[in-house]
Amino acid sequence: MKVWQCVVCGFIYDETKGLPEEGIKPGTAWADIPENWACPDCGVAKADFDMVEV
Amino acid sequence: MKPIVVLGSGLAGYTLVRELRKLDRDAAITLVSQDSADFYSKPMLSNALAQGKTAESLVTTAAAEIARQLGITLLPHTEVFGIRRENKELQTSAGVIEYGRLVLALGADPIRLPLQGDASEAVVSVNDLADYAKFRNALASAKTVAIIGAGLIGCEFANDLAGAGYAVTVIDPTAYPLSGLMPEQAGSQLLAPLSALGVTWRFGAAVKAIDSDATGYALTLSDGTALSADMVLSAVGLRPRIELARSAGLAVNRGIVVDAQLRSSDKDIFALGDCAEIDGRVLPYVLPIMHAARALARVLSGEDTQVEFPAMPVVVKTPAHPVAVLPVPRDAPGTWISLAEGQGIKLGFFDERDRLRGFALTGTHSAQRSEMVKQISAV
Repeated sequence: MKVWQCVVCGFIYDETKGLPEEGIKPGTAWADIPENWACPDCGVAKADFDMVEV
Repeated sequence: MKPIVVLGSGLAGYTLVRELRKLDRDAAITLVSQDSADFYSKPMLSNALAQGKTAESLVTTAAAEIARQLGITLLPHTEVFGIRRENKELQTSAGVIEYGRLVLALGADPIRLPLQGDASEAVVSVNDLADYAKFRNALASAKTVAIIGAGLIGCEFANDLAGAGYAVTVIDPTAYPLSGLMPEQAGSQLLAPLSALGVTWRFGAAVKAIDSDATGYALTLSDGTALSADMVLSAVGLRPRIELARSAGLAVNRGIVVDAQLRSSDKDIFALGDCAEIDGRVLPYVLPIMHAARALARVLSGEDTQVEFPAMPVVVKTPAHPVAVLPVPRDAPGTWISLAEGQGIKLGFFDERDRLRGFALTGTHSAQRSEMVKQISAV
């Protein structure tokens, strides 16, 4: 399981924790997050900006 | 066709160029920056210390790489002295640059409070990557840090610095943290969690003077008390950069005045980001910048569109006690009501017809941000 960070705003996505409040279950790999997902902090689409591995 | 020229390589300038490139693969675009134009996450400047980030490691994409990816002409380290609107050209340190349309994404300067004392010039503010590098250097020999301002940036730095082992004192003339964004019931939730990290709060007092002392700086406060610190960090807000626009005769107010199409009083000049006042509002946060950049990209590619701002919560990155807030205007009619308590608080702001208009979520409640936004969108 990896931790990822949004290059625009620094938002952290931890695969172990997921984002249950956004309907993304704990343990969801970054690769399995839908393409239409957007960063909850800055609204950047997954397709636009890569998340960088922390 | 003369190029679209964008002044500024911050989030506003780069997001605009990126969005514009998606809509128009061929438009000639020139981006002019006064600094290196490397891309970094500005919101991380106030929480990068605990992550061990240096200024270099905050750069996610080097300027030359962005220029190549986006197919733009990039002029780093270039000062713009003036806009000659009648000729549609810019006077710069790299010579005269002609523009077809011009976008001002100039950002904002940190507000500097007028302070007395022989060391008032030593106050540090962190508003860009170069500032961050200087800040990190100065921290190397510091143990105690005084932060002026308990707003969003002040609280984020307090958390970051205290978390990294510095003894932090936060000084603010108001009564509680984040008082510009939320009511006391919510803002005061930050007090104990940050105190537990090693933050000392000094509310109801302003810094009057800063003088050098044997080891660092001596601060004199308006209530007559004093404290000493090895570094003084100021975080009291931003002032939009409007001088270039003003001297070119464009309409300015608090920011560069633009309409919902991001167009200034000159039909070929646009503004967005921290320097802009869009329909009367200055919104120096990430989400409004993203929305404005997308709208302006459509306008520049010929679409008749206007920026529409949805409910845009502001996230305060204080890991010791996270906060998400959807602020309401100071004079908005309505009432803040507590919806839940426990590890933090959940407040909603309801108007006279009992509709949810704003919220303040702290601690564990901050995770309910998306849910709360949906409730507002449903109104």
